[in-house]
Amino acid sequence: MVVGAVPRLLPGVVGFAEEICITLQAWSFGAATRLRFQTLTGNDPGMEFGPHLLLAVLEGAVGAAVLALTALGLSLVFGVMRVVNVAHGEFYMLGAVVAWFVASVIAGHPALGFVAALVIAPLAAAVVAMVADRLVLKPVAYDPEATIVGTIGILYILQQAALMWFGPEARPVEPPFNHRIALPWYDWAAGEWFYPWGLSTTSYKLFVIAAAVVILLAFWAVLTRSRIGLIMRATQLDRETALAFGIPVGRVYSLVFGLGAGLAALAAVLIVPIQQAHYLMGGDPLLLSFIVVIIGGLGSVRGTVVAALLIGMSDGIISVFLSPTLSKILATLLVALVLVFRPQGLFGTRAA
Amino acid sequence: MIRDLGLHLALIAVLFVLGLTLPDYHQGNMARILVLATYAVGYNVLFGYTGLLSLGHAMFFAAGMYGLGLVMQHGGWSPVPAFIAGLVSAALLSVIVAVLALRTVGVAFMIVTLMFSQSAFLTILYFGTWTRGDEGFVIPQAARQVAGLDLTDPVTRYMAALALFSVALLLVLWLVRRQEGAVLIGIRENEERTRMLGYNVLSHKILAVVMSGTLSGAAGAGYALLFGYVGATFASVQYSIFPLLWVLLGGAGTTIGPLVGAVFMFYLIDYSSGLTNAYMLIAGVVLVLLTLFARAGIMGEVRKRWAPWLP
Repeated sequence: MVVGAVPRLLPGVVGFAEEICITLQAWSFGAATRLRFQTLTGNDPGMEFGPHLLLAVLEGAVGAAVLALTALGLSLVFGVMRVVNVAHGEFYMLGAVVAWFVASVIAGHPALGFVAALVIAPLAAAVVAMVADRLVLKPVAYDPEATIVGTIGILYILQQAALMWFGPEARPVEPPFNHRIALPWYDWAAGEWFYPWGLSTTSYKLFVIAAAVVILLAFWAVLTRSRIGLIMRATQLDRETALAFGIPVGRVYSLVFGLGAGLAALAAVLIVPIQQAHYLMGGDPLLLSFIVVIIGGLGSVRGTVVAALLIGMSDGIISVFLSPTLSKILATLLVALVLVFRPQGLFGTRAA
Repeated sequence: MIRDLGLHLALIAVLFVLGLTLPDYHQGNMARILVLATYAVGYNVLFGYTGLLSLGHAMFFAAGMYGLGLVMQHGGWSPVPAFIAGLVSAALLSVIVAVLALRTVGVAFMIVTLMFSQSAFLTILYFGTWTRGDEGFVIPQAARQVAGLDLTDPVTRYMAALALFSVALLLVLWLVRRQEGAVLIGIRENEERTRMLGYNVLSHKILAVVMSGTLSGAAGAGYALLFGYVGATFASVQYSIFPLLWVLLGGAGTTIGPLVGAVFMFYLIDYSSGLTNAYMLIAGVVLVLLTLFARAGIMGEVRKRWAPWLP
C-alpha cells in the first residue's frame, strides 16, 4: 500500500548507514534492506559489487527468516483446515503492537520487555485467533467462500481496532541488545583483508536469523515427533477418518488457527525492534506469505520454508538491480502465472 | 417479464424524482452512490450470478478510470471518446484476465485475481510520472462538458450518474432473462451438470468476466468524469473489497441488491466516519455478520420470504 513512499523517503535518510535501520513508516520485510541499501549506494558509489552483494544477502536473510515463520503459519492453517486466512497479516500486526505495549509497560532493561513480549504477544494473538475461529469460522462450517469473506471482515476489525487504540503513528521497540559488527572483505588488488565502509550488520539481526532457525526446527520436531503433531497431520490427511478415530477435530482446528496466528505474531516480535509497529503493517507480510505459500505449494511445510528463503533472499537482492516497485510487480505477476499454469506450486504435489 | 420491467422502470423513476427533490448534501451522495452501484452491478454479474468470487475488481474499475483520465489529461481528448477509451481498456483487460484466471477455480481464482489487481495497482504507482500515483490528478472543470451539458452541475451530474446506472441495471436484467443468464446461474449452482447438459461453460464464464469487468470499467470512467478525480486509491485492495461488501449486503444474484447494498453501506460509513477515524471497522463487522447470519443479503431475504419472482 505504501510502496510509493519508499523512493520518496530516500533522499531524506542519507547517513543512516551506521545506524540500525529505522524505517520512517511501519514497513515490512525487505523495505529496510532497500532503504539501507540504496542509502549506501547513494552515499558511497565507490563501494564494490562484492560487499554490496554480501550486505544484500545478510539483510535478505533477516527478511527471509521472518517471512518463513509468517508464511508457515498461513500454510499450516491452509494445510490442516483448508482455510485461506486473509486476516493472517493482522495477527502479525497484532504481535508487533502487543510487543510495543508490553515493552513500554515493563520498566528496566529493554531485554526484560522483549523477553516478556516474546511470550505474551504470540499468546495474545493465538487467543484472539481462537476466539475468531469459534465465533466466525466454526459457525460457517469452514466453507471456503464464507471463510474468505469472514476473514476479510476479521482483517478490518483487527486493523481498525488497532487504529482506534494504538493510533496511526509508527512506534519503535528497543532491541534487547544491538552491537554493530563490521564485516571484513578481501581486497584482491592489495591482497589483504579490510573493513569496507558501511559493510556491517548488528548482533540483533544475527539473533533474529538464529531465533527463526531454532523456532522452525522446534516446529518441525513438534509436527513430526510429537503426539499433537501426529493429530494435526492426521486431521490434515483425512478429516473424516480422524473424527472416526476419536480426534476432537473442532478443538484441533481452533488450536491450529491459534498456532498459525501465534507464528505470525512471533515473527513480528522478532522484527519489530528493526521495523517499528504500525496498524497498517499487516498488508505486505500477507501478500508475501501468499506468494511464498503458492510458490512452495499450498499446505506443504517443506516447500514453504524453501520458498520463503528463495523469496526473502531474492527480494533483498533483486531490488538492488531493479526499483522496489518494479521488482514487486514482476514478483506478483510471476506468482499469479505460477498459480495459473502450475497450481500445485513449484515444489508441491497437491492441487489447490 | 412485464412485472420485472415495470419494477425496474419504477425504481428508475423514483431515483429520477429523488434527483430533483433531495437536499444538496444527499443529492451529491446519491450521485456518487449511483456510480458506485454501477460498479456493484458489474461485480454482481460475476459473483452473484456466475458464482465466481473475484478479489481484484478494482483493476477493472481503475482501467476504466485511467483509460478515460489519461487520454483526457495527456491527450486532451473530449469526454465521449475518452469514455469509450475507458470502456475499451477495461474490456481488453477483462479479456486477458478472463483467459488466464479462468484456468483456475475456487480459492486459486480469488488469489489470482487479487494478484493481478495488485500488479495493476503497483503498475499505476510505478508510472507515477503520468498517473501521479497516490496523489492522483484532477480533471479540470472546463474539460467535463458534453454536448453543452455541464457535468459539474449537481443536477446534471446526478442525472448522468442515473443514466449510467439505469443502462447497467437494464442490461443485467436483460441478460438474466435470456438463456445466457440462465446458463450463468446454472454454472453457479452446478458447473458439472451445466457442462453435461451441453453448454460451453468456459465461454459463458469468459462472457461473465468480460461483461462484469467492462461494467466495472464504465463505473470507473464515469466516476472520473463526474467527480473529476483520478487516483491510485481506486485500484487498491480496499476497492476490490467494497463491491463484494455492497453485493453481499444488498443480495448477491439479485438485480436491485447492488444498489441497496451500496446505499446502506455508503450511509453507514458516512455516519460512522463522523464518529471515528476507524470507520472501516463498520465494514469488517458487517462482513462478519453477513457471513454468519444473512448469506443471502437484504434483497435475497426479501426474495426468499415475500417475492420469489424477483430477478
